[in-house]
Amino acid sequence: MSDVLVSLVKIFVALGWFLILTLYLTWVERKESAVLQDRIGANRASVFGLRIFGLFQPFADAIKMIFKEDFVPAFANKVLHTLAPFVSFFFVAVTITAMPFGDDIVLGGKTLSLQVFDPSVGLLYVLAMLSLGIYGIILSGWASRNRFALLGSVRGAAQLISYEVALGLSLIGLIMVFPSLRMSEIVRFQGGTVLGFLPRWGVFLQPLGFALFFIAALAETKRVPFDLPEGESEIIGFFAEYGGLKWGLFMMTDFMEIIVVSALIATLFFGGWQVPWLAADGFHWPWGGHWALAKWLVIALQVLAFQVKVVFFCWLQILIRWTYPRFRYDQLMDLGWKLLVPLGLLNILGTGLIMSL
Amino acid sequence: MSQAFGYLWALLKGAAITTRHFVVNMWFHTLRLVGFKRFRPGAVTIQYPEVRKPLASRHRSLHRLVPRPDGKPRCVACLLCVTVCPSECIYVEAEEDPDADIQKTAGTFEIDLTRCCFCGFCVEACPEDAIRMDTGTIDLAARSRKDLFFDRGRLLR
Repeated sequence: MSDVLVSLVKIFVALGWFLILTLYLTWVERKESAVLQDRIGANRASVFGLRIFGLFQPFADAIKMIFKEDFVPAFANKVLHTLAPFVSFFFVAVTITAMPFGDDIVLGGKTLSLQVFDPSVGLLYVLAMLSLGIYGIILSGWASRNRFALLGSVRGAAQLISYEVALGLSLIGLIMVFPSLRMSEIVRFQGGTVLGFLPRWGVFLQPLGFALFFIAALAETKRVPFDLPEGESEIIGFFAEYGGLKWGLFMMTDFMEIIVVSALIATLFFGGWQVPWLAADGFHWPWGGHWALAKWLVIALQVLAFQVKVVFFCWLQILIRWTYPRFRYDQLMDLGWKLLVPLGLLNILGTGLIMSL
Repeated sequence: MSQAFGYLWALLKGAAITTRHFVVNMWFHTLRLVGFKRFRPGAVTIQYPEVRKPLASRHRSLHRLVPRPDGKPRCVACLLCVTVCPSECIYVEAEEDPDADIQKTAGTFEIDLTRCCFCGFCVEACPEDAIRMDTGTIDLAARSRKDLFFDRGRLLR
């Protein structure tokens, strides 16, 4: 009984964290883009004259979207049209359950893992759920019966499926190095050091794998350098026939994908909740010396480290989104099949050779 | 292959430019937030209703009727402004002036700002320098059409 309760609490906390971060990522996106274009960004939303840098803007946006008409075009397939945003949203939302937020906590003799559930195929589970998100895109374009929407979803399907290959290949090297597909063990494995001073993070073990994974993962979020399914300026994209909160769900899915990709990068390549040189009893500096820390402080630092890494990669992805123009479709496919896939295979070969030495 | 690396180099350069803008602007934003206002602001934006750019001296803003020392408009109701107005938004009714040197003045002088295109021809045409567009009022939004009909009383200042 208490186990169920603990699981429920974990689900609520994880989902709450996820959605709040999503909400504020819309604010971060607006503000960050403004700052790097010498603008100020949304700062007018206020409560009783209190503006605090437009931090109420996400709520204003949400209220606006809630009160818009929930419109389904007469020519659309009503059931599928309504279902599509929820499919998109659901398959992204469930991926957060497999992310380890911190090390196990021992509370009154009971071990509490800071992770909603930890399947032995955690990594595959996350990738599978991210791939299933494509169904939301395909359904929305198909059910809209709009040629531009369908064009967007066809592009989306082709893009995501081809980048899925590159994504998988870039991770195989990592899976060869790491002992397990279980997310918690992947993070725990990254605790030590290599060569005596480098933290044993995936990015140092698999630099090429990281670069490939990052590019492929950017394509998975289908945002600007890879935003062909949406293609604001040419076809409005797979959500052309959506408005109000359903459109908002698609938008939120985009931002949630950013967070999931950030969490994945942090977990797989940047040691998850590991702080460099921090073990359970404090810091062990590579130049010798030991700095003992209280147990609760270590756990707090580790949880904080995960948050910092996730927020940093969200920031980086938004920076990339506001820096680069969109690929042409053939360039996108070229990059995927002619560069990322061969390099991924090369990475596997290289990893295998080094490991067999 | 070398071309591909050229692209990669350009991509990195682009990212460096945006990152530099972000870091520099964030630095100045933070400085201003903690009270160092001597440095440049973090953005070029002018926060319009609170902060206003100075208007150019020749800027054509809301019209006004220039008064004589006794408070009546200088206008002698020659109707040149009415004639020249391309949007036909000025309506003038003449009135007898007790001063024998002037004889004629504007009893009614109305400008319909819903039609006015702010070309400034009325100002150019006026032989008495009675109408000017130098009030500096540029926020002319109103809640009803009625509020955009300016009569003599509202124009005279």
